[in-house]
Amino acid sequence: MGDGEQFHKKEDQDFSRRNFIKGVIATGASVSASSYVLRENSDVLAQAQGTVERLVTLSVNGQQRRVDVLPQETLATTLRYKLGLTGTKIGCDRSECGACTVLINGVSHYSCSILTHQVRGREVLTIEGLEAADGTLHPVQQAVVDEQGFQCAFCMPGFVMNMVELVNENPSPTRAEAAQHLSGNLCRCADYNKILNVAMRASEYSRRV
Amino acid sequence: MADYKLIGKDYSTADLVAKVTGRAKYAEDFRAEGMLFTKLLISPMPHARVRSLDTRAAMAMPGVEAILTADDLPEAEAPEERALTNEPLYEGEPILAVAAVDETTAADAIEKIQIEFEPLPFSLDPLDSLRPGGSNARLEGNTMSGRDLLNVTWDNVDWSEVDNGNLPTNGEVTDEWEVGDVEAGFAESELVLNETVFMQSLSHQPLETRTAMAYWQNGKCYLHVSTQSTARTHGPAASMLGIEPDDLVLIGEYCGGGFGSKVAGSIQMVIPALLSKKAGKPVMMRITRQEENFIGRARPGQQARIKIGFRRDGRVISLDMFIVQDGGPYSRSGDFMSSGDQASIMYQPLNQRVRGISVYTNTPPRGAQRAPGGVQAVAMIAPMMNKAAKELGIDQLDIIRINAPEGQASFGRPREGSQSIVSSAFVKEALDKGKEAFDWEAMKAKSGQKNGSKVTGIGVSLSSYAAGTSGMDGLLIIRPDGKVCIHQGVGNLGTASVFDTARAAMEALKTDWDQAEVIWGNSSKHLPWSAIQAGSMTTHAHTRANWATGLDAKRKLQEIAARDLGGSPDAYEVSDGRVFRRGNSSQGMSFARAAERAIALGGRYDGHELPEDINVMTVNSATALAGRGLMGVAKDNFETSGRNISYAIGFAEIEVDVETGVVKLKDYCVSSDAGTIVHPRAFAGQLHGGAIQGFGVALGQKWVYDRRWGLHVSKRFYSNRPPTILDVPHEKEMRWVAANEPDPFNPLGSRGIGEAAQGAGTGAVLCAIADALGDGYFYRSPVMADMILTKVEGLPTAVPKLTAHA
Repeated sequence: MGDGEQFHKKEDQDFSRRNFIKGVIATGASVSASSYVLRENSDVLAQAQGTVERLVTLSVNGQQRRVDVLPQETLATTLRYKLGLTGTKIGCDRSECGACTVLINGVSHYSCSILTHQVRGREVLTIEGLEAADGTLHPVQQAVVDEQGFQCAFCMPGFVMNMVELVNENPSPTRAEAAQHLSGNLCRCADYNKILNVAMRASEYSRRV
Repeated sequence: MADYKLIGKDYSTADLVAKVTGRAKYAEDFRAEGMLFTKLLISPMPHARVRSLDTRAAMAMPGVEAILTADDLPEAEAPEERALTNEPLYEGEPILAVAAVDETTAADAIEKIQIEFEPLPFSLDPLDSLRPGGSNARLEGNTMSGRDLLNVTWDNVDWSEVDNGNLPTNGEVTDEWEVGDVEAGFAESELVLNETVFMQSLSHQPLETRTAMAYWQNGKCYLHVSTQSTARTHGPAASMLGIEPDDLVLIGEYCGGGFGSKVAGSIQMVIPALLSKKAGKPVMMRITRQEENFIGRARPGQQARIKIGFRRDGRVISLDMFIVQDGGPYSRSGDFMSSGDQASIMYQPLNQRVRGISVYTNTPPRGAQRAPGGVQAVAMIAPMMNKAAKELGIDQLDIIRINAPEGQASFGRPREGSQSIVSSAFVKEALDKGKEAFDWEAMKAKSGQKNGSKVTGIGVSLSSYAAGTSGMDGLLIIRPDGKVCIHQGVGNLGTASVFDTARAAMEALKTDWDQAEVIWGNSSKHLPWSAIQAGSMTTHAHTRANWATGLDAKRKLQEIAARDLGGSPDAYEVSDGRVFRRGNSSQGMSFARAAERAIALGGRYDGHELPEDINVMTVNSATALAGRGLMGVAKDNFETSGRNISYAIGFAEIEVDVETGVVKLKDYCVSSDAGTIVHPRAFAGQLHGGAIQGFGVALGQKWVYDRRWGLHVSKRFYSNRPPTILDVPHEKEMRWVAANEPDPFNPLGSRGIGEAAQGAGTGAVLCAIADALGDGYFYRSPVMADMILTKVEGLPTAVPKLTAHA
C-alpha cells in the first residue's frame, strides 16, 4: 500500500514530510472522537490512552483554552476537532490552498502545517474571533457582506484572515498589492475579481475605523 | 425593461454573515456523539480484480468497529459505478472502508487487511484502446452503443497518420447525425480548414472534498453531505441506501464547490451511512485532497478532427466534427454529442455533421463539468474561427457576428426531421455592447505590440450553453408573524441562486426582502420539488416557479381581503407586506392578519387543499406545512418555447513572453446574453469566475499519467494547478456588460449564465495567444509554456499532438 505501508513499518523513524503529515492527520483526529465523551476530563483521557499528549493552554480568539495535544498535532486539527472552531477549513492539508489560514501573533499561517505545540504562548486568531462581542463585524467581514464576496465560500475563512493581515500591514493597497498578498489562498470558484473588490473595500473600511 | 422592486438589484444573501463568521457548517463541520472515522482502501493500480480479501486481522483490532466492502452494496449493471468495487477501474478507486474510533486506527486497520489483486490490462488513452491489439479499460468492451457495451477496434484506420498527429475520420463511431450535406457545402466553400484538435480531461477540484457524515436515529438516516442540489439529491441518496425517502434526512446547507461534480451529492456518500448502520454509531468520512483527485469527477477530454468550410464573408457553410472522447471508466458521458449541439448554436452552420465515440479509459470517472461539451467545443473551434477570419481578412468580431444565432435560432441534432430552437438569442446586441466596453478598435491596434520580450495578443470568443428548464414547483408560507417563508429545494452551491430565485416570489408580492426568510438545505424542512442545480438551470426554472408561487399567494391575499372587506379580489393590491383596496390603502390588512385569516379559512388558503399538478415531494412538504399560515404553492406552468440557452462573449488582452513562454492576462471583459439579470453582483461573479476557470483550461490544467504503470502523477493542486489570484488581471478590474434583454419565455425574463461563462474565457485566451504569436495555433489545450517556446523556436513539440495525459 505504497507510502502507507512504509509509514507504518518504519513508524516514527522515517520522518519524511509526507509520512509526517499523514500521521498528523490521523492522530489528530483520533483523540477528537473520544474527547467528545471526555472533553471535561482530558487528563484522564491521556492516562487512559497511554499516549504522550500533554495538556496545554492555548490563547485562541482572546480566550485561554486548555486542551490535550499530541506532539505531532496540527493547529488546524486542534481548532476543528478539539476546540469546536470549525470555521477554519481544511482544503488540502498540505499548504497548497490556504483555506486553513489563521493569524498567529497577527501573522498569517497555514494552520494545517503548523504544530499546535508551536503556538503555545502566542495569540491565535481564527475567523470566529473577528466579530466584536456586540456582533459588529470586522471591516473585512463587512466588506465581504457588502460586496456579496465569494461564492461557495469554503476558501473564505482563509482569505478573510489573510485579508485582515493585509489591511493591518498596508492600509492602502493597490489591487496588484492585494493580489500579491492574497496569492497563497486558492479560490476554486475563481471569484478573484470580487475578492479583490472586497480587499479594496475592506482597506477603505479599515482606514475609517 | 419592467420596473422591478427586487429583480436586477444588488443585495447581500442571507448566508453571507454565517459564512464570514465561520458559523456556516459544511459536511465536515458536524459532530455527533461517539462519532467514528473512516479510511478507505483504494486501488493501487489502474485496473485489477480483487483475488482474495481477508479482513479478520483488521476487524480484530481494538477500536475497529465496522468494515464495508463492495459485497455489502447492491449489484450494479455495467457500466454503472458503485461506491466500492471488487474490480477497480482506475487508480484510487475505493475498494473497502473501515470505521474505527479514530483515523489512525482506521489507517492501521487498512494496513492489516490482506488483499491480493490480479492486475488486468489497462488503457489510458482512447486511441490506444481503438488501435488493433490495444488493451481495453473494461473487460466487457471499450464503448457503448445504445444500452450495450461493445468493443470497437479501428482495423481500417491508417495508424501512421495518428502517430503523425492527424486523426483519420474513417474509424467506426457509435453516434452520428447530419443536417444538410456537409460534403456539398465544402465543395462550395471559399476556405476550408481541417484540423486535428485535442482538449484535455480536467478534474473539477472543488475546494471542499466530498466528505460526508452519517448517523441513524429511530430508524432514520441523517446524512450530512456536500451537494449542489437538495431536492434532487434526497431521492437518489435514499435509493442508493435502499431506504424510503421518508427515512432519510439529508442535510446540505452549504456546498464548498461542485462545478458539476456534486450535482446529486456523490456516489461515495453512502459509505459513512452504511458503515454507521453496521457499527451502530455515527461515522465521519473525511476525503483527502488526493482521494478527491481520484474520485472527484472530471471533464472528458476529446481528440477530434474538425473541418469547417467558409464563405468569403466568413459565414460557416459546413461544419464536420469527428470526436473521440475519453470517457473514463464508468457510465456514459454525452459531452461529445453536446459539443456538436453547442457548435451548432454558436456557429449556425448551414450544413453540419457530428460523428463520435466515447471510449472507456482507466482514469478517474467523468461527470458533467460546467458547460459539459460546450467548453470542449469552444476550446477546439474558437481558434479555427480566429484563423479563418485572419485568412479571409475579416474582423474577429465580424466572423462571430455573421454566424451568431439570432431570435429563435435552430440548432443541433434533428429529431423527427427538425432541429431544436432556442428560446431567444440577442448575441448581436451583446456583441455590440462588448465591442464598446472592451474598446475593441483601440485594443485591436495593440495586437502584436512588443514590450521587451513580451508580445500583446487580443482575442475574442463566443460561448453558449444551456440556461434553464421549467415545470418546477414553489412553496411559501406567510406566517401569522408576517414573515414570508420561502421554501427552496434548490441547493446552496455558491451561485446565490437559492436566494436570488426566492426574490421572484417577493417581487410578485411587491414586498421588501427583509420580510422574507429563505428555508433551504435540509430535507426535513419541507422543501418543494426543484430542478437540479446544474446546467445553469436554476435561475430560469425557479424565478418561474417562485413567481408562480408569489402570484398564487397574492391571489389568496386578494381573496381574503375581498371576503373580509368587501368588493372583488381584483379591487385589491398587494405591496409592502399588505393587501389593500386600490386607491385607498387604509382599507386593507397586513400579511400577518391575512395569515391568521388564512388559517381560520383553511382549505386552499392554508394548504389543506393543494393544486393537483404539483410533484409528490411538494405535496408532502405542503401537507406538513398546512395550517401554519397563508400558503402559496404552484407548479410553473408558464409558456415555454425552445431550449433556454445563454451566451457569453469573452474579450481578452494578454502578453506572451516569448523568452519564458509565460502568458499573462492583462485585461478581460465579457459581454453576455442571459435574459434579465436578477442579481448583478452574483451574475458578475459567475461571468468572471467562470472565465478564470476557463483560463485554467487554456493555460495549464491537465493530468499527467505514468503510461507504463497507469498511475496518476498530477494528484494535487500544485501539480494540476487551478488559476490563482495572480493569474487574473489586477491592473484593471475585470469588466462585464450584458444585453439584458428579457427572455420572452420567462415572465421575469431571466436565464442562467454560469455555464456559458467558462468557455468565453477559454476561447478568448486561446485566440489571444494565436494573435500574439501571429500564427500561434496549437489546436491542443492546455497551451503550456514549453509549447509556446518550441513554436517560437520552430522546434517539434515535446508532446505529440494526440497523446492524452502527457
